[in-house]
Amino acid sequence: MLGLVPGIHVFHTIALKTWMAGTSLAMTVIEAMPRSTFPGTLVAIAVLVAGFAVAFLIGRFPVSAGDIVSVLWSKVAGGASGVPAATEAVILKVRGPRVIAAFLVGSALAVAGTAFQGLFRNPLVSPDILGASSGAALGAVLGIYFSLGVVSIQLFAFIGGLVAVAAVYLIGSAIRTRDPVLVLVLAGVVIGSLLGAGVGLVKYLADPYNQLPAMTFWLLGSLAAANVSDLIPLFGPVLIGSVVLLALRHRMNAMSLPEEEARALGVPTGWLRVAIVAAATLVTSASVATAGIIGWVGLVVPHLARSLVGPDFARLLPVSAILGGGFLLFIDTIARSMAQVEVPLGILTAVIGTPFFIWLLASVSKTWS
Amino acid sequence: MTIEGRNLSIGYPDRLVGSGLNVAVREGEVLALLGPNGGGKTTLLKTLLGLLAPREGTVHVMDKPLHDLPIAERARLIGYVPQVHQGTFAFTVESVVLMGRTAHGSLFAAPSAHDREISMMMLDRFGIASLAQRAYTEISGGERQLVLLARALAQEPRFIVLDEPTASLDFGNQGKVMKEIGALAEAGLGVMFTTHDPNHAMRAATRAYLLRDGTCLAEGPVADVLTVDNLEALYRANVQTLRDERTGAVAFLPG
Repeated sequence: MLGLVPGIHVFHTIALKTWMAGTSLAMTVIEAMPRSTFPGTLVAIAVLVAGFAVAFLIGRFPVSAGDIVSVLWSKVAGGASGVPAATEAVILKVRGPRVIAAFLVGSALAVAGTAFQGLFRNPLVSPDILGASSGAALGAVLGIYFSLGVVSIQLFAFIGGLVAVAAVYLIGSAIRTRDPVLVLVLAGVVIGSLLGAGVGLVKYLADPYNQLPAMTFWLLGSLAAANVSDLIPLFGPVLIGSVVLLALRHRMNAMSLPEEEARALGVPTGWLRVAIVAAATLVTSASVATAGIIGWVGLVVPHLARSLVGPDFARLLPVSAILGGGFLLFIDTIARSMAQVEVPLGILTAVIGTPFFIWLLASVSKTWS
Repeated sequence: MTIEGRNLSIGYPDRLVGSGLNVAVREGEVLALLGPNGGGKTTLLKTLLGLLAPREGTVHVMDKPLHDLPIAERARLIGYVPQVHQGTFAFTVESVVLMGRTAHGSLFAAPSAHDREISMMMLDRFGIASLAQRAYTEISGGERQLVLLARALAQEPRFIVLDEPTASLDFGNQGKVMKEIGALAEAGLGVMFTTHDPNHAMRAATRAYLLRDGTCLAEGPVADVLTVDNLEALYRANVQTLRDERTGAVAFLPG
């Protein structure tokens, strides 16, 4: 026995060493290969395509894939689609605009969230950190309170979001410190809670039978009312803001460094920050004005995208946009088909987002710290 | 070529940190900035980097006023190695070094093949090319310091400024970084670093600048400036000297 034990020990040591050498060799090979972001991008695109398909096909009025193709083709090529008029109306006037709106809003919130997480060097930041949502909420409930039309309510919400962020930014830059980003976030928090008090006051004063339900419904977020005329005021700002953010994506890596470090690398942090905040606010305000307040998308999707393609903004930002569009298409399809009444989007994203985010915290927290 | 601060008053809008400072970093030289905590080392460093405007006086690079230069041109002249930090996002080491190329491209430009080549060259120079695809957040503190050094070199600057390059490193890595600093000066760069250890200044620097309460106590070649008297005055503490019989090298001990 005594002779055997060292023998086994030696054998184990050799086996262990061989195994470790093999592993470390394998590790070296894996490390030497550039980490490809291609598969992750493909996954995001697949989610988007599946999201479009599901959103078009599922609903109370049955529509087949063939119907969709014929209708879209007849629009492109001209001529009759050969599909019943009612089906064509559902595809083009009801489901189509809603699908496009869901895609735009999801993409916009995800891109804005991704940009803000980099800018504020904090992975727990969402697009409404600077008060865009609270400003839009106050604008919308005021619009409802004054019994304005739908278009005016949207315009109020849009302007409310822009004004709130502008105010936060002015306050943030008026206070001179060595950490302008921190001051900006704190200003966003206090202005946000002030605007929240404003929303509470308007709700308190509102007519509890007509206006209050409308306000509550708006604040919970929904795409139920999305129609063709909504798409232009949504599409314009989202396109402009997204193009600006995507154009600056190569500088966002350096922008996520501490202020002085970024400047020492030659990054004009001051006006780049203005550009990013303005563009992200534009897309967020336009989304909130159309769809009401939909939380979580701008927080969760950037993390999902990061786990697919890594933290490099050059790839992360476009993948976030694709994934966010697909994500909200799925959520919105569930919202309108899971129950007899529409489930508000804000509630659905919270119910899905919370456990998901807890899982994310537990499993991939190493991607940010 | 020189970075030269003339008659500088340094500080923040609400606080004057130092005044009457004259300091120069020449190419091929290593200047060590020594002094107690709160003495103004970091403030002077930031002023010479162009990150902080002097309250009085000027900083000149090649007889051009530094603070009037566009930010990208400053970055092409002076590379900055901050104290090792954790990093928020798990960028790859290669991405981190590529950030050093920012000032060489336009605002919208993607990193070019040339940028990648230079970044890899700099990683290779410090023997850490194999880390290129690893996450910056997952490598050791010593490796991070080398990555930040590689990033500063990727800026292809004429000067390198390091903020306490040895502060969070183990004994072996301290020596390695000191050696690299010496090699940079031999390659013709002007180097300036802050440190809490006079021995590091003795080993790696050609000149030393002693800063206390925002004023310069002494400045000149390390052999002249780093004396027991000067160090005791600088830190208001007792200092002992150890001398190596064979080489004549000197080391200082506090207390």
